[in-house]
Amino acid sequence: MHANVHVIGDATGQANFKALHDPFWVRWGLVGVAVGFIVLFLCVPLGLVLYQAFSKGWQAYWTALAQPDAIAAMQLTLVVALITVPLNTVFGIAAAWAITRFEFWGKSLLTTLIDLPFSVSPVISGLIFVLMFGAQGWFGEWFSAHDIKVIFAVPGIVLATIFITFPFVARELIPLMQEMGNEEEEAALSLGASGWKTFFKVTLPNIKWALLYGVLLCNARAMGEFGAVSVVSGHIRGVTNTLPLHVEVSYNDYDVIGAFSSASILAGLAIVTLVLKSFLEWKQARV
Amino acid sequence: MTQSNIMPGFRPALAYTLFYLGLVVLIPLSTLVFKSLQLGWGEYVDIITNNRVVSSFRVSFGTSLIAALVAGLFGFVIAWVLVRYPFPGKRFLDALIDLPFALPTAVAGVILATIFQPSGMLGKWLMTSFGVQVAYKPLGIVVALIFIGIPFVVRTIEPVLQEFDTTMEEAASSLGATRLQVFTQVIFPNIFPALLTGVSLAFARGVGEYGSVIFIAGNLPYVSEIVPLLIITKLEQYQYAGATAIALTMLLVSFLLLLIVNLLQLWARRRSGQI
Repeated sequence: MHANVHVIGDATGQANFKALHDPFWVRWGLVGVAVGFIVLFLCVPLGLVLYQAFSKGWQAYWTALAQPDAIAAMQLTLVVALITVPLNTVFGIAAAWAITRFEFWGKSLLTTLIDLPFSVSPVISGLIFVLMFGAQGWFGEWFSAHDIKVIFAVPGIVLATIFITFPFVARELIPLMQEMGNEEEEAALSLGASGWKTFFKVTLPNIKWALLYGVLLCNARAMGEFGAVSVVSGHIRGVTNTLPLHVEVSYNDYDVIGAFSSASILAGLAIVTLVLKSFLEWKQARV
Repeated sequence: MTQSNIMPGFRPALAYTLFYLGLVVLIPLSTLVFKSLQLGWGEYVDIITNNRVVSSFRVSFGTSLIAALVAGLFGFVIAWVLVRYPFPGKRFLDALIDLPFALPTAVAGVILATIFQPSGMLGKWLMTSFGVQVAYKPLGIVVALIFIGIPFVVRTIEPVLQEFDTTMEEAASSLGATRLQVFTQVIFPNIFPALLTGVSLAFARGVGEYGSVIFIAGNLPYVSEIVPLLIITKLEQYQYAGATAIALTMLLVSFLLLLIVNLLQLWARRRSGQI
């Protein structure tokens, strides 16, 4: 590339090589700004979580995490993710299959609608379930007559989390499957493979990294969601507090160790997510 | 569907997609519209034009706009540095950019509040050196929203910068352009649509953001109370109609702004000859 420029330069005699590279001071100035910003805004906060969590030593850290309320919050967070992620994964695969393998009327509208939950504020995502199932809601009376609690109970938290994490898997799969085309699948089918066999032997191996990527992001959000869950949960300690809500409650009680020990678990989850994400991106680039 | 497609499973896949989409997204979202329709027009206008509500809209949209612009500036520099310059630790920093996506917002909120509160490590320094208080002021909201917005900008610009055809720069330089001219007249116009997308994504996310903001905001009505918090306050007081009206307005304004941004983008792309 540079040799090329050289030739052109020689020919016209006025190529400005300096115009292809930033001056030394600009280069390092910008690197300084970028690195400074990342360190200040991203590294320092991560370090601070650990610093605060361990500010009274290991003992206090473990005691805070072993509190019944903290353990209940972790369990609830796991339960919510275990219900939410598989449901949205199955949906994501079905939606991607319908959208990328067939032509039908209203396809682009459907794709837009799938992304809709991303453009709705988390608080509104919680509000709509209160409007549906709350005491004055559409189905509120029926549910309370049958003694089923949705709002201020676990089902409401699950519903709000499903809504929030709805697009993640579909969003990763649709562009990839679109790009792949369906020749390989057609070949398998025309050789007599059944639909499911084609899916498991041909489609799935091709999409597995993107699928895992979507599942990973879906899980991270499901475990970390705060706004939507906070609206429907009612903050009942030990019952409807997820781990992020436990962080809030402890922080508001000036329980620094309690808040930051739970926050450190969630920060750990975020770091694991980032590491796996980099790994999956690397894998996918090599497919 | 009549087509010569041997692919199986169209009906069940589409049926399930529509069923699940309707059940968990469309029906719940429609409650917002139906509940609002139960309000009379006068009642709706009364709720929306209430001083406290108007102030919260001003705070939310104002802080989000400033934060998105700042995130746009720093995001552009970060994306540029990550794509163009080799330096040690680059891959690590690149992976770290997604932290605000991956970190639960409540965690981000308590951390930022702890750092920037008047006795916190940065808060104290800013207070004594510059007399600036960040936490519990609208400035705190801006700081939280910059944190949330940065990855949107970086991740939208990065791929465009990577694919940018450097022969255009070479052509410009062989015609005698200076580095500054190459940047302002060749590189920037081509990156601008992506920058606009990134900034508008950061802005849209900022308007709805709740978890990372409430700990640092101070939440003073008329001053540092954001719209999502006001919705929750109304809900806690069982003012369902008020919460619904505010939520619907916020949703509509956000959609309208996104529409305007999309049109702007189309215009910017046309102008730089990308369409």
